[in-house]
Parts: sequence; C-alpha cells; structure tokens
Amino acid sequence: MNKRIVVDPVTRIEGHLRIEAEIENGKIKDAYSSGTMVRLLEEILRNRDPRDAWAIVGRVCGVCTSVHSLTSVRSVEDALNITIPPNAELVRNIMYCTSFMHDHVVHFYHLHAMDWIDVVNALKADPQKTSALAQKISKWPKSSPGYFSDLQARIKKLVDSGQLGIFSNGYWGHPAYKLPPEVNLIGLAHYLEALEWQKEVVKVQAVFGGKNPHPNYLVGGMACAIGIDDVSGINAERLSLVKSILDEAKTFIEQVYIPDLMTIASYYKEWGSIGGGLGNFMVYGDLPWNGYRDASSYKFPPGVILNKDLSKLYEVDLRNDGDVQEFITHSWYEYKGGKDIGLHPWKGESKIKYTGPKPPFEHLDMSQAYSYLKTPRWQGHAMEVGPLARVLVGYARGREEFKDVVDRALKTLDIPVSALISTLGRTAARGFEASLVSQWALDFYYQLVDNIKKGDTRMANMDMFNPDTWPKKAIGVGHAEAPRGALAHWINIEDKKISNYQLVVPTTWNASPRDSKGQLSAYESALLGTPVADEKQPLEILRTVHSFDPCLACAVHLYDEHGNHINRVSVLEA
Amino acid sequence: MSQPLTYYDEMKNKGYSRRDFMKFATMMAAFMGLERSAVGQIAKSMASKPRVPVIWLHFQECTCCSESFIRSSHPIVADILLDQISLDYTETLMAASGFQAEEAMHNTMTKYKGEYILCVEGSVPVEADGVYCMIGGKTSMQILEEAAAGAKAVIAWGSCACNGCVQAAKPNPTAATPIHKLVKGKPIIKVPGCPPIGEVMAGVIVHLVAFDRIPQLDALGRPKAFYSKRVHDTCYRRPFFDAGLYVESFDDENAKKGYCLYKVGCKGPVTYNACGVTKWNGGTSFPIQSGHGCIGCSEENYWDNGRLYERASAFAGFGIEATADVVGGIALAATGAGVLGHAIMTNIRKKENIHMLEDEGRKEEKELDH
Repeated sequence: MNKRIVVDPVTRIEGHLRIEAEIENGKIKDAYSSGTMVRLLEEILRNRDPRDAWAIVGRVCGVCTSVHSLTSVRSVEDALNITIPPNAELVRNIMYCTSFMHDHVVHFYHLHAMDWIDVVNALKADPQKTSALAQKISKWPKSSPGYFSDLQARIKKLVDSGQLGIFSNGYWGHPAYKLPPEVNLIGLAHYLEALEWQKEVVKVQAVFGGKNPHPNYLVGGMACAIGIDDVSGINAERLSLVKSILDEAKTFIEQVYIPDLMTIASYYKEWGSIGGGLGNFMVYGDLPWNGYRDASSYKFPPGVILNKDLSKLYEVDLRNDGDVQEFITHSWYEYKGGKDIGLHPWKGESKIKYTGPKPPFEHLDMSQAYSYLKTPRWQGHAMEVGPLARVLVGYARGREEFKDVVDRALKTLDIPVSALISTLGRTAARGFEASLVSQWALDFYYQLVDNIKKGDTRMANMDMFNPDTWPKKAIGVGHAEAPRGALAHWINIEDKKISNYQLVVPTTWNASPRDSKGQLSAYESALLGTPVADEKQPLEILRTVHSFDPCLACAVHLYDEHGNHINRVSVLEA
Repeated sequence: MSQPLTYYDEMKNKGYSRRDFMKFATMMAAFMGLERSAVGQIAKSMASKPRVPVIWLHFQECTCCSESFIRSSHPIVADILLDQISLDYTETLMAASGFQAEEAMHNTMTKYKGEYILCVEGSVPVEADGVYCMIGGKTSMQILEEAAAGAKAVIAWGSCACNGCVQAAKPNPTAATPIHKLVKGKPIIKVPGCPPIGEVMAGVIVHLVAFDRIPQLDALGRPKAFYSKRVHDTCYRRPFFDAGLYVESFDDENAKKGYCLYKVGCKGPVTYNACGVTKWNGGTSFPIQSGHGCIGCSEENYWDNGRLYERASAFAGFGIEATADVVGGIALAATGAGVLGHAIMTNIRKKENIHMLEDEGRKEEKELDH
C-alpha cells in the first residue's frame, strides 16, 4: 500500500523546504521537493548600480554568506573587463576558505549530526570509556573523563528539566540510530565545541570584510587597504590574527571534525549504498592560484561527470546559450514562450504565478507546478552540484591532493569508490574538502604575505570604478563554488544600470522540481529507494536531504512582473 | 517529568551558594534602580522561574540573524541555549522536523501561554494572500498570527522583521511587511541590522531573562542601549572627518592611512548602531575599520536611501539630520560643497596639528634609527 508522507518544515537547513514522499513496502517510491518561500530579489536588482549588487545578493543567504557577494563582483568585473590585483584575489580566496570551513563544520555538527547522533542516548555513556575512545581516535586535548562526565551532567539536567529546547521532539530512540552511547556523547561534546569554534573562524572575514555575516566586498578588488605602517590598514597585527585563526581552524578540522566523521561513518556503512541519486555531477571550479581568469589554476577544477563515469569529463561553458538553461514546467512561474521551453540566464525571464492550493493545505498537486524553484539543466541533463561533485571531479582529473584524501578515507572505512555516490559519500566528501581547504587557506595566506613582502600593496583596481568609463552595454557572468555547489550570476548592464540579473544557485540545481521530460532533480532522485522504518518519524529522509546541505533562500529569489497587486495587510488582534 | 530548572537551581548547579545568589539579586536590583525592598522579590522570582521559553520563527529572510546570534562571544550561545532560555522552536537548529517540529511549537504555545517570547526573523509577504512564504502548508501571516497571540513579547530580529530589508526594497514585489505592522497589542522590541551584531542580540535576550523586563526602547522601538548613537559619533575615524581628511578613492594613499570614508559613501553619519563601540565578531573589527564605508544596514529602507558609493549628503534626509549635527562648532552643511567648505574653513588648524604630530613622529623615528 502506498502512503504519502509530508515533511514540512524540513528543519536544520536554511530557508523553507517541503518534502512529500510516497512510501511503498517501507521504501520511498516517489519523492517531491518544494521550495515554499520567495523574495523576488532579481526584480529588486533591476535599475540599480551594478557596483551595489554584491551587497544585495549577499543578502540572498546569510549561511553561505559572502559567496554570493564574491560571485557578484566577479560578474561585474567580467562585464567591465576589470582585472583585480593579486592581493585582492588572495584576500578573497582566504575569505572564501574561511566561509567554506565554517559552513562545512556547522553543517556537520549543527545541521546534520542529529540525524546520526542520538542526544538522549548519550546520557547512558560511561565517561571513562568515552574518554578512552576519544583519546584513541584523536589527540584533541578536551578528552578527560571529567570533561565528559561534566557535560553529561549538564545535559541530564536539561533533559530532567523537561525543557529540552532545541532537542525537543527529536526522533530519539529511533531504530536507525546505530551509535554506541560513548560515540553519541563525543558527538554531543563536539556539537557544543563546534558552536564555540565557528564564531572564531569567521573573524578572518571580519578582518578583511569588517563583519560576518555579510562582510563587505568591492568591485575591482577589496576595500581593506594594506597599510603595513598604519594601525588602520592590513598590517602585521591583522595578518597575525588571521594566521592564528587559520591555524586553529585547521587543528579543529584535523583533530575533531575528521576523526568524528570517520568514526560515525564506520557505524553507518550501509548508507554508502543509499541516496546515490542522479550520478551526474557538475563543477564550475574555484580558488584561483593564478588569477580568476586562469581556470587551470583553480584548486577546485571544473568539469562534468555523466552517469557515474569518472573516465570521461565534459567542460561547462556558462556563456553558451545551450549549456545552462532554466525550465519552469513544475514551477510557479510563466514564460512568454510557454511552460515547456528553457532559457539561458542572459535571456532569463520570469513572471511568478502561484497556482498551488490555497493555504492552509495538506498536500500539493504534483501533476502541476509545485515549487518556487525553477529547474536548471546542463545540456538537458539534471545535475548534482556540491562537495561530492567537487571531490569526484578532482579525483577524476587525477589531482594528487584529492586522490590522497579520498583513497585514505576509503581505506580506513574499507569501502569501494562507488560507495562515495551515496548519502554517506556526500557527507564524507564535505569533510574531505574541509580538510583540503584548511591547508589551502594557509597556502593563500603565505602567498599574500610573500606578495606584500615583495612590495606589492595594491588591493583594488579603481580604473573602471567610475560608471562614466563604462560601455553603454555590457554583459558578464561570474561563478564560484559555493559550499553547497556550483553558483553563477549573469548580469546585463545598460546605461550604467542593471538591466537584468539572474542567479542560478546550487540548491536550485539540487532541490528543483522535475522537468518537462519528467527527469527528477538531485534531491528527488536521491530519495528514491531510501528505507523508511517509521512513517511517523522519517529520520532517513532527513539524512539524505541534509546530506545535500539545503539552502533554500538561495534557491528561490526570482522576480515578478508585478501583476495585480492585491495588498491585504491583516492587522492582528492581540 | 520533574520540575523545570529555575535560575536558582542553575546557579546552585554551577557551585554558587545561597549567599552568592542573594548578592546577585541585590546587584540586579541596584542595576535596575529598584529599592532595597525589591531584592527579595527579585530573588524569589528568579528562584522559582523556569528557563524562558522561546519560539523563533523564520519567514522571508536569509538566516543571517540566526548566524549572527550564534557568533555571540559573551555569553556564548551554548550557555544561552542550555542555561538561559529554552529555544523550543527554531527551524535552523532544532532536532525535530515536520509534524514533530510543529508539535513542539504548539506545546510551548499552550503550556506557556502568555509567558513565551516570540522571536521573528524575516518579513511577512502579504501580497497574493501570503502564498510567497508558506511553512507546513500555512502562510507566514497565519503562523505569525497564531504564535503572536499568546506571546509575552515579540522580538523583531534584524532589518527584515523591523523594516522589510532587501525584499522590501523598491518595488517590493511580494509586499514584504515588517512585524510591527502586523502584530498589535504586544510589546515589540526591534533589533535592526543586517544582521544585528551577535552580542547585541545576546544582550537583548540576557536583558529580558536577567531583568525580567523589556529594555528601554527609543521612539522607534529599538533598545536604547545599542541604537542611541550614530556610527559616526562613535567612529574612531571621526577625527579625520573633522579634520577634512578623506579617502578619495578605495586603496589610495589616504585609504592606507585610515582616513574618513565619507566621500566614498560611508553612511555612518545617518546610521544608528553599536558598530563603533561593540564592533563585530567579538570586537575583531567593523566595516569602517576594514576600509569599507558603513552601508547603513540598521536604518529603515536603507536599500533605497542612496547608492552605496554615493555620499551621504547627496540623498534626502541627511540635510535634516545635519542641522542637528554640530561638528567642531560648525553646523555641517547639507551639500558636498558645504562639506568641502567645512573642511577647508574650520579644520586647517586641526590638519596642521595632525601634520605637526606626523612630523614629530618622523623626527623621533629618525632619532631611533641612529
């Protein structure tokens, strides 16, 4: 018998996501992913100063904060043919690495861990055994029996108080939780430690960008001038602060995140054959070692993999009309050319049209439009983007750093490469990347210091900053690898203003509804076949969906042609 | 299920004595300006109260407010979550999803009716009957209405909830609406900023919990403690403004010296926030210190109050503000030319002073070299 279950809200994500799934004989037979919030930022961008766009699109997402701003300044610099100074590239790279490490650690501990760790079960742990285990898997110093028993006492008081706060109503005791109490307790300890750690690592963004979330960027470079003989500039004190934070970040990733990931993964190896999904992967590439225009210098190499075939890589051309297109067959939008055509973002057009049921509702009608996300396709193919895609492309390109980290992990866990294309693999890939990026951040830091030492203190190229120097019309595209995957912004500039701005973001690739041919996107595809032990507690659905690290505010941001304005401000009576 | 832990229990658990607890209550009473007779009352209320239940809703937003909240360095957020409040519903952090998440919210709304704090992150789209933001099949308008009904007070986190922020910028296609226009009859604390500073958010929570009252608010409903001064008035680069020493273009010689960013668009003169004092990320920096002007993110409709790199004096509003702003004894003129005049006319002496100091510094440097 088929049963339809609904998970809405999906929590521990950014934004508003709804999953509806049909269950047959304890497994998911069909799944639908729906984004249920829209802000229409692209309409707001129109007619604004292109130099201001980074600030507006930065507000697309406060979790993967900064990567949208980075992509935006790249798109404007592409349109106006601006080359930024090496120092600015390096500072952007260091800020990127910081946000990347922050994002992956926070995702693992605060957004994903409770799918694997049973918090209440941690109360049964023996602190002595926990300490012995912690010391076996890592040299991280916070591992004494007293440390774990104090924490246990603190959590016990919380549970005894009856006010569980963020842990209320979790699926505690669910049969799919497999960790021994001691591992649960270590995980819980590191949940709290990571909460403290994350506020430290982002200080790097505050040094260069003034604040985090939402640090400042600048078309042409960065605003943080180098003044090694001035207290206000980037000087030795500021650089030392950055260095010490990057050192600590690397230590935490090596001694806490990776050992926890590998330990937890070893209890959930069956998830190496669940949640594989599409098998198509796409990466635009990022972290230029020798300038953004030199794609061969990217630490994350670009490429496309089709049908799990790592032996053949395809190239992506973001400027080509037929490469990236967006469809709206199952989305709450209208195109002038009809519901079933695809449009390249430079020609991107959209008019919102909600045709779903009138809220409050129980179910969406999946034969019709059912999401505020559009459906992007690469040469007609559905694509998965994100950590797994990047790790596989790096691996398929034969990059030593990728091969090294992947092969080591596969050996430790004693699983084949094919097991990477799974829920477990996606979660593991995030860890592999964090580990690579923690070293690259330091490499970029040394490069920056070296460059300043050579006497280059330029931080911004202001030659084209004055709009009077711009051509009447210009188009550009900027791309980045956001923590959640391939991200690009397409901009059209006319008469010094934005005439069109389109974002195609990672979660749109992954979480979008099916296309006109009925091809599923990554979430829906990955959920097929996922076992669900208890329909009332669909923990397994959360595991697979969270393995993508959903970020919905990003995904839904399209604009409105502003039809009938039915403005009903309801005033609530208290 | 046993009784919820009170503040007194929490303090006992942390090893404080009854005497310590009474001292704390006395200090708190003094801080709140209460008579000595009130000490007993405060102690009693703190000794018998459970952790404050909090429901935190997310509507049209980017989650930067939640992210900023977890950046707080004092108190750290783990202590807030475990010891001070009971965050019973937050889509960002809570373990439960779907039905169980909604159930957790409803349990708190029923059990602590009139007692819980409602935090709202994001604006509410009212266009098209609210279908631009739906959670659990309901619109954000419906959810806000239900959750606000039993709340003791409402905190509007960030510029989205206070003024609609980016999605309310022209042409505001979804009719993104701030919370105070939808909720009536409840105290609303507005904590604007994109996002607000983490420590400011934590400070507002701690104020509510420790003093059991709403912080003093200004005429716009913002806590006076954090929003009564302009960034301009607390900016360490202010002397350069007064001296007429400006960055003319990003990364120029003056930028390397940390001069005033007014001419490259700094909105500090029209922005009320704690950035100059509290700074960001545990006091690491703030936008001006890192070389970029303030973009005015805590001000109403800041996205439509002039472009980022346009001088503050070039847009409406600054003139009115400027008349009240006495700089070095001279009223700041409302036009760019006026500012230039002000710089030349009134600050030659200050400029000379600074140059003299610089010369002295160079002389001393040479002496040290020998």
